[in-house]
Order: sequence, then C-alpha cells, then structure tokens
Amino acid sequence: MSIDQSNAAKVAKLARIKVEDDALPALASEFNTILGFIEQLNEVDVEGVEPMVSVEPMRLKRREDVVTDGNQQDKVLANAPDAREGFFAVPKVVE
Amino acid sequence: MSDLNKLGLAEARDALRAGDVTSVELTESCLKAIDDADALNAFVHKTPEIALERAKAADERIKAGDAPSMCGLPIGIKDLFCTKGVPSQAASKILEGFKPEYESTVSQQLADSGAVMLGKLNMDEFAMGSSNETSVYGNAVSPWRRGNDDAQLTPGGSSGGSASAVAADLCLAATGTDTGGSIRQPAAFVGITGIKPTYGRCSRWGIVAFASSLDQAGPMTKNVRDAAIMLETMCGHDPKDSTSTELAVPNFEAMLTGDIKGKKIGIPKEYRMDGMPAEIERLWAEGAEMLKAAGAEIVDISLPHTKYALPAYYVIAPAEASSNLARYDGVRYGRRAQLAQGDGITEMYEKTRAEGFGHEVQRRVMIGTYVLSAGFYDAYYNRARKVRTLIKKDFEDVFAAGIDAILTPATPSASFGLGEMTEADPVQMYLNDVFTVTVNLAGLPGISVPAGLDQQGLPLGLQLIGRPWEEGDLLNTAYALESAAGFVAKPGKWW
Repeated sequence: MSIDQSNAAKVAKLARIKVEDDALPALASEFNTILGFIEQLNEVDVEGVEPMVSVEPMRLKRREDVVTDGNQQDKVLANAPDAREGFFAVPKVVE
Repeated sequence: MSDLNKLGLAEARDALRAGDVTSVELTESCLKAIDDADALNAFVHKTPEIALERAKAADERIKAGDAPSMCGLPIGIKDLFCTKGVPSQAASKILEGFKPEYESTVSQQLADSGAVMLGKLNMDEFAMGSSNETSVYGNAVSPWRRGNDDAQLTPGGSSGGSASAVAADLCLAATGTDTGGSIRQPAAFVGITGIKPTYGRCSRWGIVAFASSLDQAGPMTKNVRDAAIMLETMCGHDPKDSTSTELAVPNFEAMLTGDIKGKKIGIPKEYRMDGMPAEIERLWAEGAEMLKAAGAEIVDISLPHTKYALPAYYVIAPAEASSNLARYDGVRYGRRAQLAQGDGITEMYEKTRAEGFGHEVQRRVMIGTYVLSAGFYDAYYNRARKVRTLIKKDFEDVFAAGIDAILTPATPSASFGLGEMTEADPVQMYLNDVFTVTVNLAGLPGISVPAGLDQQGLPLGLQLIGRPWEEGDLLNTAYALESAAGFVAKPGKWW
C-alpha cells in the first residue's frame, strides 16, 4: 500500500495538523518508508489469534457513580490560553 | 565528606542515618553540580527553592528517626511527570507555560517519602525519540566522549536528560519513563542502571501519556541496589490509574542476596542480529558466562516473533499517541497559535498543532491517525494487536518452560554522535529499541545493567528480562550480574 500526496493531505486533515502543500511530497515519502517497515507484519500468520486488549488480563475496576471532586473552576482554567468569565474561550464555532 | 553529589542513594541514605551528612548538604552539592553543568542541558527547569525547602524538612524527619529510605535524597524528575506549580512540558512547545495544578502519583510518592526534587529533566518531545534530539529545549548531551574526540554524543532517549544527569552526578538518581526502551537504552548509553517494571506496577496518573498500554515509569540510578530502593517508593496501587495493579510491593532491596544458584537464564537466539557489532556479541557471551559462574544455568531459547516487535510497536504506539495527543488543541492548556482574521476553530486546532508539535511527534500522530482510519484499522491496527498477542505468548512459553530471566544486549550499538542520524530515515532511529521494545509489548519488567566499555571507551549495557511481577527476583539477578561485571568507569569531567 502506498500513500500519495492527496492521502497525506487527508491524514494531516484528520489529525488536525496544518501541513503546507509544498511539504506534502516529503511527508508522503516518510509515511511510505514507515508503512513499508510495518508491512512486515503481513508475513505473520495471525489466523485465530485474539488482538490484545490489555497486557494483563484484568477487569477494569468499577466505583459508585457519584461525584468525587469538583468546585475547582479556577484550577481548571488556570492554564487556559484564553479564559473569560469562567469559561474557555475559542474562536467562533457556529456561524 | 566532599563530592556528596557523587554518592548513590544507598550510600547517602546510610550517611544521613548515621548523621554524617545532612540532606541540605547533599542538596547543595547537587545544586552546585547542576549549575556547573549547563553544557549537558540535562536540567531544563531548576527548582532550588523547592529542593532546599524539602531538604530542610527531610533533615527534621531524619532527626526524629523513622525516616523512609528515600528521605532527604536529591533526585531529578523527567519533564514528562506533572509536578505541581512547576513547568511540566513533556519537552514540547505545545505545553509551553503549562504549570500543573496537581502532582503525578509517582512524584507525589517520592515527595511523601522525603525525596528532594532538584528540577525537571530533558527528554525527547512527548518521549518520542531515542537520542533526545526532538526536545524543545534542545539536545541533552552525554557526559561521555569518544576518547579525546570532543564531538557531542547522545545520552540516548527518550529519558536522555535523566541519563545524562545521573551519569554526570548532578543528582543521586532520576525518574524515567519507558514506552519502547526509553529508560533502558539511555541507561545503557551512559553506563547507569535503569529498570522498567511490569506494566501496572507504577501509576501512570499525572504522567503525560504517550502510548497508554506501553508506558511505565521507573528509576534510573547509579547501581542496582539504588534501583531497588527507588523502585519500591515509586510502585504501588493507585485508584486514579485503572490499570495500576492491586499487588503488595515487596521490599526489593531485601531481595538482593546475590544468590542466583539454580536460576535458569534464557539466551534468545533471535536477538543475535545481522550486523551486530562483535563487541556487543562478545559482551553478551561474557554476561552469560558471569551468570553461569554465579551458579545459574544458561539455556538457549527461542522467541520466534521477535522480528515483528518493532513493526507492531510502530503501529500500536503511534495509534495510541494519536488518540492521547488529541487533547492538545490550544483550548485548555499550553500554547495556542496566533490566528488570522476570520480563522475559525478548525484553523485554531490545525495551526496550534502544526506550530506546537515538533516534526517527529507530528509524524507519529499522523501515522497513528492513518492506521486507525476507516479501511485500514483491520489491516494495520488489529493485525499489530494480534502480533502483540503472539509476542507475549513467546515469553509465556519460555517462562512456562522454567526460564527465570532472559539475558540480551540492551542496545544494538554504543551511543552515537548528536546529529549523526539526522540524514537517516526514521526507521534507522527506531532500530535503537530493537532489544527493548518486546518487553513493553509483553508488559514485562526489564532492567539495563552497565557491563563494559567498547573500543571507543563508551559504555555498553546488558538487559535482563523477568517474569511479570517478579521485579525482586529480576533485581537480584541484575545484582549478581553487576557484581560480576564490576563496571566502575565514569566519564571524565569536560563540562
């Protein structure tokens, strides 16, 4: 399988990373190098093998569905690049 | 006592308890060594005020008696650990200015035990790299050199700052994290000890996530005893990490008897790679001889899927990273890009992530996005997870056959020069982790022990891989290997 420039642009879009058009050929080429390396996995017979979910067979712990913390709006917002009136501020989302 | 910064944890602990030194003296000695070592670029955020405050408190505790082992011992913390009120950037531009409002469980446990944080340590951005060359802070530099050649060498990665700082005696020990070899490879490159415990031993809470099913924290120390002491403090169940295991943490140090009579040590034939330097092959054989001389039985074993570990890793780790790093969106923390007039939220995401993530991180996030995308999920991601099952089964089979530990080289080469791999394709850099990555995929404990020098005078390490949850036994085997290898070389001070 090989990635061309338009695939590379699509992946960049999905990953929400802006890639300039002139950087796409090099990016596509790097992807192909890495994917070429990954292709080795096709040599392995995985018929009937379960895909690993967790390295230790464990049942995730459960707890009561209750509030365990809260009331720390200032702390939550302390590191925001733009916080106003107790909210995270972002550019306009809906026209 | 002079040169207190050169002590290990056990020696310093004993000196503190005997009243021969104070934690403040130890801490001041390290702070001075750190200030003299800016050329190594190991400490990227220094916290002398916090250090001295904690050192004073530790001295009080020690005076009162009943202080835990780590009490009063100055250490460095990898920048991947969130530390309250102290910059925690994962060496990334995108987390510029981020000061967590909370403390990671592991660094909290160390602080509770009285350990003294000297500052934050350099690393590869988001722990993605094997040479500490992807850091926003610039390269960390190894204290080691090739003879009289003044070319700067890599301390390895991703825990490169931790490795450099411990090897150069800027601190008594440091925390590291290991997703594919990021504790063991740098430890081997600088001639120190590094252990990655079983997946689930250390809480991942508050450690910036890279690949959650592989990440584990561990200590990087001057010797095996120190690793046992520090690991015990770092381990333990944490309700805030749902994958942390509810198992009692043994007294690892008490298990260091050096007696490995009758232990079965496996030598996996698949780790004998084409093009491996003869001196690494020789060191490996010598390591096996040392363990045999100590009474262990050496057994040839096979781990047939070894070859597929790196390709499986380079599907699974980027896939998990692409998901974990989705949170860096320029909204809740860190750095947001300057926006142009009329830019909407999508442009904000795209520009923020393009400016904030370095090249290697972008590449891995995009590879991860690709292997998880519709139409490729089965072909790449599910296939890699099935191969991971087979890799784990390889280990289960040899352990079921009675093998107690597995001996391998830690790395396929000694440290290389900073910049020497710039022109190589990314896969060449990934090969650094060829001997370590299997251990993360199988969730096993692995330790790197310095065992010799190559012909350029650079350290080489051997890796021991243990049974799950048997870090104590693994540390004891490593202790026997360390005693036999007698590695004492230190880098000459040039910085």
